[in-house]
Amino acid sequence: MVAVVAVAVADALISLDGVEKVFDVRRRVGLVRREKRQVRAVDGLSFEVARGEMVGYIGPNGAGKSTTIKMLTGILTPSGGRLRVAGIDPARERMRLAHRIGVVFGQRTTLWWDLPLKDSYGLMRRMYRIPAARFKENMERCVDRLDLAELLDVPVRQLSLGQRMRGDIAAALLHDPDVLYLDEPTIGLDVVSKAKVRGFLRQLNEELGTTVLLTTHDLQDIEQLCERVMVIDHGRLMYDGPLQGLHSAGSVGESERTLVVDLERELAPISVPGARVVKVDGPRQWLAFPAGASAAPLVAAVAAEYPLVDLSVREPDIEDVIARMYAGRG
Amino acid sequence: MAEAVLARSRMERELELPRRNRAVEGVRGYGLIVAMWIRSTMTYRTSFFLSTFGNAAITLLDFVAISIMFTHVDVLGGFTLPEVALLYGSCSASLGLADLLLGNTDRIGSRIRDGSLDTMLVRPVPVLAQVAADRFALRRLGRIAQGLGLLLWAVSALDLEWTLGKVLLVPVMITAGAAIFGAVMVAGAAFQFLAGDAAEVQNSFTYGGCTMLQYPPTVFGKDLLRGVTFIVPLAFVNWLPALYLLGRPDPLGLPQWAAFVSPLVAFAVFLPASLAWRAGVRSYRSTGS
Repeated sequence: MVAVVAVAVADALISLDGVEKVFDVRRRVGLVRREKRQVRAVDGLSFEVARGEMVGYIGPNGAGKSTTIKMLTGILTPSGGRLRVAGIDPARERMRLAHRIGVVFGQRTTLWWDLPLKDSYGLMRRMYRIPAARFKENMERCVDRLDLAELLDVPVRQLSLGQRMRGDIAAALLHDPDVLYLDEPTIGLDVVSKAKVRGFLRQLNEELGTTVLLTTHDLQDIEQLCERVMVIDHGRLMYDGPLQGLHSAGSVGESERTLVVDLERELAPISVPGARVVKVDGPRQWLAFPAGASAAPLVAAVAAEYPLVDLSVREPDIEDVIARMYAGRG
Repeated sequence: MAEAVLARSRMERELELPRRNRAVEGVRGYGLIVAMWIRSTMTYRTSFFLSTFGNAAITLLDFVAISIMFTHVDVLGGFTLPEVALLYGSCSASLGLADLLLGNTDRIGSRIRDGSLDTMLVRPVPVLAQVAADRFALRRLGRIAQGLGLLLWAVSALDLEWTLGKVLLVPVMITAGAAIFGAVMVAGAAFQFLAGDAAEVQNSFTYGGCTMLQYPPTVFGKDLLRGVTFIVPLAFVNWLPALYLLGRPDPLGLPQWAAFVSPLVAFAVFLPASLAWRAGVRSYRSTGS
């Protein structure tokens, strides 16, 4: 019998102390011989998240984001360190923790593929023993704000990606979790769906005080939702603070958009007011300009002076910000 | 506002976080998921009846083959057609029952590969219950019905000397047999945590085992019989109980009471199978393969 003593740090809902995750990777060398190698996916991670915070958890692919989320949900067992969510050790008491957390995996659904949304929700109600009144209240809120009314009778496999995502978010919230983990919640969604999802998450956090931890590649998710950002790379925490601080940690003070222009022929870096060339590759040039500025005058200026064939505008993304952060640190 | 939120979640914490018994939660969760699938199946009644009938018809085909064989011979390994039907029906019913209740565990390999096991690990229900109950296929009642039907025919065609012990032995044989097959399925599923998608290994013991058990033990070699008695104890599914019903001696010379130990054998194989399953889940949770 293990006595679990919940030593709660004042309002720290999630706390990690020196958490490690080491994977044994076996690789076949030659015909039979196998080589065993250890990979540190998470390497001494320590942080705390207070109740009611909304935190962006970002980093390059393979940085250890998903591994962290899997440890926080009890899917994976840490190799070392101490980890608590709502006073519970996820690895030891996975099923008890399930009542406290909601999880949305952007890439796969937690709903039952062949069943109408409604049936999935009904099953969740029984599985989580959600009181009828609370279930009704939560259903009404989610159906109303996530526009689910028309989708309730549709089998999950027939939903579009955006519809399914909204359905998944509702499913993760019916049992009133203390913390909601979202793994790439806006990946592959169109602009309207993204806005809907973000608006809903903001409201949820403001009104119910649900703690949210989200991983994303979309800088706008962070800009619009999170006051706090954590950057992880090689399993270590590289930055923890406000988004503005992340920008200034990079070499440029403000986030930038990029205008990619295809010219008729190779030219020396072009010069246009309000933008600077950051990259040249044959006839294609990349111009960085402040994210807040309009692209229209810039396009007009380029078109007026240079033989322009094609162009596109790239929004700033997390990778750029992180890349600049590394560049800034030299 | 913030205080109200805190108060609410504290209240809930005290209300809803009792530590619950794993087995009870497993059975409860299994029941919930199965009930939902049955409701979902029953919305297309005609389709359900057709597929159940199809399931029964297909699983009966093997017996049709055996009866054709009997148009050329009178006995097989010393067994008459009704005697073989007794073996066939009992093992079909047992396998059908196990397949209905636990057969879906053979999908664990593909669940590990496509990551849907992760979504099961974040729900408050033991994973085995979720894997076994997901896509519960009620049409598998077809095999059970077919098996029980043949068993009934065999019993009425044979002139058995019924005693109380023999009457009780019939239901015990079916359920204990199902439990033995079920344990093999769980063990096979556990093996897939190690070996990736190895559903075929599992199937060779369950479906393959059942095909063997349909024939009289007297047609097989002694070494095989020893293997299925003492190593993977499939002989206890129906051979030993059926031999007792028929008043025939065991080819390996086991005493008569061996016909009644099937429930103990079932328990003895379920224990290592469930331990293997837990070890499998644990290894997944530490490697995330």
